[in-house]
Amino acid sequence: MARPIYQTESGARVFGILAQFENTLTLSNAAKVVRDAGFKKWDTHSPFPVHEMEHAMGIAGTAVRPLAYAMGMGALTGAVGGYLMQWWINKDYFIVVQGKPTDAAWESFIPVTFELGILLTAFAAIFGMLAFNGLPRHHHPLFTSERFLSTSDDAFFISVEAKDEKFDPESTRKMLEDAGATHIELVEDG
Amino acid sequence: MSVINPDQIDAQRLAGMRPAADRGDIDPALGDGSLVDDPALRPPLVLNGRDFHDVTEIVCGYSEKAPPWWWFHALGAAATVAGLAQIMILYLIITGVGVWGLNNQVDWAWDITNFVFWIGIGHAGTLISAILCLLKQEWRTAVNRSAEAMTIFAVTCAGIFPGIHVGRVWFAWMLFPIPNYNWIWPNFRSPLLWDVFAVSTYATVSTLFWYMGLIPDFATLRDRAHRRLRLGESQNMKLRVPLPVPIPAISLPIKGDILRAYIYGFLALGWRFSGRHWYRYEKAYLILAGISTPLVLSVHSIVSFDFATSILPGWHTTIFPPYFVAGAVFGGFAMVLLLLIPLRELLPNMKDLLTLRHLELMAKILLVTGMMVGFAYGMEFFIAWYGANQFEWYAFIGNRANPETAPYWWAYYTMIFCNVVTPQLFWVKKFRQNPIIIWIVALCVTIGMWFERFVIIVTSLHRAFLPGEWHMFYPTPVDILTFVGSFGIFFTLFLLFIRFMPIFPMAELKAVMPGASPHDHEHHHDDEHDDPHGDHGGDSHGEPTKQGAH
Repeated sequence: MARPIYQTESGARVFGILAQFENTLTLSNAAKVVRDAGFKKWDTHSPFPVHEMEHAMGIAGTAVRPLAYAMGMGALTGAVGGYLMQWWINKDYFIVVQGKPTDAAWESFIPVTFELGILLTAFAAIFGMLAFNGLPRHHHPLFTSERFLSTSDDAFFISVEAKDEKFDPESTRKMLEDAGATHIELVEDG
Repeated sequence: MSVINPDQIDAQRLAGMRPAADRGDIDPALGDGSLVDDPALRPPLVLNGRDFHDVTEIVCGYSEKAPPWWWFHALGAAATVAGLAQIMILYLIITGVGVWGLNNQVDWAWDITNFVFWIGIGHAGTLISAILCLLKQEWRTAVNRSAEAMTIFAVTCAGIFPGIHVGRVWFAWMLFPIPNYNWIWPNFRSPLLWDVFAVSTYATVSTLFWYMGLIPDFATLRDRAHRRLRLGESQNMKLRVPLPVPIPAISLPIKGDILRAYIYGFLALGWRFSGRHWYRYEKAYLILAGISTPLVLSVHSIVSFDFATSILPGWHTTIFPPYFVAGAVFGGFAMVLLLLIPLRELLPNMKDLLTLRHLELMAKILLVTGMMVGFAYGMEFFIAWYGANQFEWYAFIGNRANPETAPYWWAYYTMIFCNVVTPQLFWVKKFRQNPIIIWIVALCVTIGMWFERFVIIVTSLHRAFLPGEWHMFYPTPVDILTFVGSFGIFFTLFLLFIRFMPIFPMAELKAVMPGASPHDHEHHHDDEHDDPHGDHGGDSHGEPTKQGAH
């Protein structure tokens, strides 16, 4: 079944509904309501990470698993690549020093192996976090809402996208109102 | 109140803020209200009833309002000194390392001393952000941003010295394994090359860690600029002419908020404070903290290998790695205190976010790491005696400790006095709770830690095995001015940082404030009407709270 495309009276497409909540408790309770209603394309917005929000949103574990694999790959690539680089360079241009044998003196390669393992894990952690979050993305329909800008200060929001299969302008609004929203507005797909 | 926050009137005028909630009388034993001794009480991390919005206003105010008068003077002075360093470095490059006081015997002196000194200072930031994060020390949120910034600037200063010390600076790229026409490669069995990898990894990871923490705070600055632009509150930028005669400021044809929206907006990467994003962000941050902890310990260990793997008496000791790491933490915390205590007085409302308890906790870390360093000094002598190696014994007694035979004995005793004796003041509670005394001790420790590296490097080198090779080291003006100039580079960068970046991690600070956890609201519905602000139903902000209540 094709999803209906919602439009405002002016003809602009609807991005979704933005609901404001008073504090972290009502936000977290409302997140549980939205989660249990079976929504998929929705999000919470808070000025800081709220304790156990991943459980209230039902994303615990699954959302970070690919990131964990990426970091593991980073660590392996850095350490193995770092070791092989030193091993090959040592073979290619052998410097007779410290009376060490050509092929069996692996101990002195450990510090650089360790450092490169750390370096690539850190790259995987930060760039992986950004990539899985879909960032950088400098434009987003939510930024058209002036009220939304205060989420970086002290306001708490839930946004539900119109693309979600369960989305309905009336019933979704009602659900958020019942969950304790203090303000609800429609966001255009700007 | 005036005793607790003397800069309050000034502060509110500058920051355009509403006054703090009146907390009534505070027990004088609690200092500013944060020095709670009872382990059953949770001391407040943010004072004067500041809520989330106040934190945003205070921190963003530092970069949005016109800078205080002293900032221009400080920046002018620091930048001048930094320019001096650049002239000295240029002179060195076009002339040669002979402009320093190095000689055939003492071929490492102030350059490597400065390198180890700065890289050591650069350890506090990552220690605060990584190790204290893993230990769940929530107080770190008030200091971690500025400490991390300080780390990066210190590592920048550190990186200069080995780079220019190599002599022919234009060949410094050969430190890295870059394919070249001569088909020669660096020696991966040399600790000096490990150092290249350790320090460059450390600089990269620290910068990324710092930037990751900055993303949400850049987004806050971006949103505030956008809001002002939309509401039409933005003003054109003004160029103030720094002359004694009153000249009207020149209005520039661009709004400051447009620049802010673009620059902070670019740096914020489109962060929209999403719960899904925060989840990955927190996990990535935790893993970064986990890998930065062994990293920060490895960096100074590897720096110490530069010395420990040699056979020179005084360098050839196995205690060096832990001893260097403890010393680095010691010197780094001293520098954090040296910077933050004056800043706390100078910047409006900063005392609400950086309390006396923060300073006391850092003073305790100085005491602990100072004792570790003192233990290492003692252990070096014990092993020199117990090992019964006459060269090592002479390196410690004849070259360092005995004023009759050691020409650098004064450097050794300066080091002992500054690093071992002065931190002992912190056994007394009154001293470790007094910002002025903490600052003086931190200054002593910074001096002492420089002398520690000087003692290790120069006194060991100037008298090696053969007495015929013995040679004194005397610094030239170029040595001295390059070192002084490195402070100019450091302070210039730090002053630019406090002007243009959020100097407190707002998101992290808000997350440990009362009212941040959903559980804070579950138990406090009854006393919500007692709350003077009536906002968020948070419990008594800024007051010591019962731990059991959370």
